[in-house]
Amino acid sequence: MTATLSPQLNRVQALPREAALVVDHAVKRFMVGDKRRPVVAIDDVSMRLERGEIYGILGSNGSGKSTLIRLICGLLTLDAGRVEVFGHDLVREELTVKRLINRVSVDAAFFKKLSPLENLSFAAHLYGLEGGSARVAALEILARLGISERRAGRPIEQMSRGMQQKVAIARAFLTSPSLLLLDEPTTGLDPRSKLDVQMFIEELRSEHDATIVLTTHDLAEADRLCDRISILNGGRKVVESTPTGLKLLVAERNDQPATLEAAFMTYTGRSLDDDHEESEETDEPN
Amino acid sequence: MTVLTHEMKTSFAFIERNFYLTRRYWGWELAFLVYSVAGALSISLIGAQAGDPRLLLSLMIGAIFWNYLSVVFSWIAETIAVERWEGTLEYTMMAPIRRSTQLIGSTAYAIVYGLVHTAVILVVLILFFPQLDLARANPVTAVAFVLLGSFSFVGIGMIAAILPLLYVERGAQMTFVLQSCLLLVSGVYYSISILPGWMQVLSHISPATYVLDGVRAGLIDGVPITNLFGDIWPLLLMGVSLIPLGVWAFGRAERYAKRTGKLKRVG
Repeated sequence: MTATLSPQLNRVQALPREAALVVDHAVKRFMVGDKRRPVVAIDDVSMRLERGEIYGILGSNGSGKSTLIRLICGLLTLDAGRVEVFGHDLVREELTVKRLINRVSVDAAFFKKLSPLENLSFAAHLYGLEGGSARVAALEILARLGISERRAGRPIEQMSRGMQQKVAIARAFLTSPSLLLLDEPTTGLDPRSKLDVQMFIEELRSEHDATIVLTTHDLAEADRLCDRISILNGGRKVVESTPTGLKLLVAERNDQPATLEAAFMTYTGRSLDDDHEESEETDEPN
Repeated sequence: MTVLTHEMKTSFAFIERNFYLTRRYWGWELAFLVYSVAGALSISLIGAQAGDPRLLLSLMIGAIFWNYLSVVFSWIAETIAVERWEGTLEYTMMAPIRRSTQLIGSTAYAIVYGLVHTAVILVVLILFFPQLDLARANPVTAVAFVLLGSFSFVGIGMIAAILPLLYVERGAQMTFVLQSCLLLVSGVYYSISILPGWMQVLSHISPATYVLDGVRAGLIDGVPITNLFGDIWPLLLMGVSLIPLGVWAFGRAERYAKRTGKLKRVG
């Protein structure tokens, strides 16, 4: 059962705008092990994102966040349900949908021997951008992220993890996606790099009208960036609200501290008290 | 027309990227060239030792053109394997491009790369064996057969590219099995007449058999292409059928990979 909040707490839902993304009763199963046992990775998940929204998806490891992102990208096929991006059905209008979206994942995947510019040039061609203008745009975006033209010509393998992640964001942004899927984009980054990326995400939304789906384990990041947040647990969406709404929800209904951490623990099956009690039990001598 | 232009431009992405990769891995490319030259020389020297100019030329042609065909085949078959290794496969697969566009781009680069690579080996071998008499050679026939054979090998390469898509860890290595079977039955270094009857049946469905027949007839005996229709029509037939078959099979494999989650990088 998905918990929902009253309309006054859901500030974005109260503003009717064009739907950027509709996920409607999505289901994805995988067959695992030698006995081909079915495992439900995404279980009847629905969500609707408004244009210009930053929508956070939280959940424990293995809760289905990345699987959901892959389903929206068309990297996995749905077993049931449908996905629509700006009114275009993912299955029937696959190429149109693909033109509208891009993704940044936790691992900055590149041809590591190639330079940022060469990698970005490849991406630009795939999305039908002209070589000359794509190069200018790539350099501008890289400069905005603190990567100089000289640095942009050297192999990516010589860059730090944080720099590589910035190049990954530049690659996604270069194609001007209307819907940007960020799958743990700041995981493993140092605080400064993390802040840079977070500021860029805010800029993407405010200046470029991008709609953003963000999965993260950083609750402070979700609190800062997201207009709304849903929590996945075992492949199911168990709650959806604004960050403030989630905090109030656990405080009012579960008598927990009004924090996102308490909300996360509560809706992923464990409250802070559970953890505390378990810790005390574990600490007791046998 | 606009769609065609767009597809051509998008195909160019793969040509440009593969060129960049070749340039960055120049050390490896040089090593691979030395390896290929050494292999072709070793085989050709068997003919030189026998003191038979015809055998020498026949082995040389086998070594050179097998190199060309295997280079083309490898580039296409490794299109997926390289992306999986680098972790970029999902990004390429989610780009708004037709799979045929991707395969055409990778194929075009493979053919150009294969021709340049083979030309270098050819020059080295000609310099190494000055006693070779190519006065009767008909290069037009040889070039025509190489290009005709390329179409079939592109199709087989596309089918082989499925293996790294479906078998995450060892798919790339499995393409070598297919390649070695083609080497065995295609009469690269010996006449197919010495093979057991059942293997000769397989020889007739390998495009390499007809390519090598045609190239040898052209370079050793100077036979014009117009006299080799018996080798041309199987190549035409295979080229016309194997490329669409490759694109279709790749599409089916991609759908399977998306259903089972095999596009995700492992490792």
